[in-house]
Amino acid sequence: MSRVLSISIFRHNPRDPASVPHMETHELAEAPGMTLFIALNRLRETVAPDLSFDFVCRAGVCGSCAMVINGRPGLACRTLTAALPEHISLHPLPGFALIADLSVDTGTWMRELAESLETWVHLAAEPDIDLLEAPMEPKLAEEIYELDRCIECGCCIAACGTAQMRPGFVGAVGLNKIARFRLDPADSRDDADYFELVGNDQGIFGCMSLMGCEDLCPKELPLQTQLAWLRRGMARQGLRGIFKKKDNE
Amino acid sequence: MPAPTAHSLPRAIHWPATLDLAQSVSGLILALFMWFHMCFVSAILVSQDAAWIVARFFEGYFVFGRALPWLVSIFVAIISSLLAVHALLALRKFPADWAQYRAIAAHTHRMGHGDTLLWLVQVVTGFAMFFLAPVHLYTMMTRPELIGPFESADRVWSGFYWPLYLILLFMVEIHGGVGLYRLALKWGWLPAGDTRAGRRRLALVKWALTAFFLTLGLASLGAYIKLGQEHALQAGEPYVPTWLRVEPAQ
Ligand code: SF4
Ligand code: SF4
Ligand code: FES
Repeated sequence: MSRVLSISIFRHNPRDPASVPHMETHELAEAPGMTLFIALNRLRETVAPDLSFDFVCRAGVCGSCAMVINGRPGLACRTLTAALPEHISLHPLPGFALIADLSVDTGTWMRELAESLETWVHLAAEPDIDLLEAPMEPKLAEEIYELDRCIECGCCIAACGTAQMRPGFVGAVGLNKIARFRLDPADSRDDADYFELVGNDQGIFGCMSLMGCEDLCPKELPLQTQLAWLRRGMARQGLRGIFKKKDNE
Repeated sequence: MPAPTAHSLPRAIHWPATLDLAQSVSGLILALFMWFHMCFVSAILVSQDAAWIVARFFEGYFVFGRALPWLVSIFVAIISSLLAVHALLALRKFPADWAQYRAIAAHTHRMGHGDTLLWLVQVVTGFAMFFLAPVHLYTMMTRPELIGPFESADRVWSGFYWPLYLILLFMVEIHGGVGLYRLALKWGWLPAGDTRAGRRRLALVKWALTAFFLTLGLASLGAYIKLGQEHALQAGEPYVPTWLRVEPAQ
């Protein structure tokens, strides 16, 4: 266990007119239990003081450290160097605005997504906070919680061929959120409302089932199941819409 | 500007849902049809009489007492339209320009991810079939009576169709197999509750079926090539089943 890692890092600062995108390679002695988070910090402390990358929680909870590791998106803080070959290449997540080097702006993207898909509970009426909340079946609560575990890291967008080809696509992160609210009995929206949001080619019908999201979501969310469930529901709603239109005529 | 809400947006159009559904349904029918088709073609592996019976069966010979080849023409026309619809719908999912093509190609290369690569395979095989399938379909539609053991063998060998059929065989079997696999994933019909196990099982079934139909197809094409070679000198002579042959007078 005395490997010397060679780590190639994408370097570019778009705000510096003199900066040219290039790869920079550094050698680093591997330590036991080393994650990419530790490795990058060590490089910054020693040879690359100006290296940009994002971390907050170091425990796979905040979603800020997602990057492309040897071609595939993943969380740097949760990736052990021992699981990687000696040569490691690191790129920023594609599909998001580059801040510098490995740091991208997923925040603006996620905020726009939340606004356009209205990813919050739409209550039917203002709740009376003096009353007990309506109880929820534990099984359903667990199902919703399971989908709520999304940390908005952006890996599913970087892993999705559709999202890479078509920047307007809401991706698994967006569709999973809609699936979450669709499960929630507190949300007063019905399928006709959800259809307005994702019953189109930027939503569920744009997804080509490439399964990059399912395979690379670091939180292992059940994305394939959710996408298929949403697709069935939205297809039903789409057909309903067409027949209703015919009836009205 | 406040973010647009579901209620301030114009009512959603329902086309994408229908088109997506139509692409899946047309693909499902075509893929299943291709498997049946392969089973019928492989009748030549049983005997020449078997191939003759299958060919006449679809011309209604055993119902009407005589062959009505135009029945086959109608059926081929239906399949052709279905293929056209499927191709048009699939076109919506193709990379629309060079930039999109570059994006998906670079992404596929970078990720080294099986299911993503399979999609590119679908694009390439689909594109190839778009040009190759019409040649076969046109012949079948305009000359349906030329389906039979000798007739087909002559087309394959003397008519030099075998290279076309060889390529088509691979394109069709791969495209159909991958397509059915993706359909199951897309709509969530997995052979197990757990996605991972279900996908593994599904992929296994898919490759087994593709291998089976490719073998069957290659064997059938091989049989037709051999028969075509043997029959080359009499090319054009129709097949008469053994029980209808009149012994030449001594
Ligand atoms: S669905 Fe998974 S990959 Fe996508 S943003 Fe959420 S946690 Fe990340
Ligand atoms: S299944 Fe594929 S196309 Fe659909 S969201 Fe996931 S990665 Fe994208
Ligand atoms: S630092 Fe928070 S997920 Fe990696």
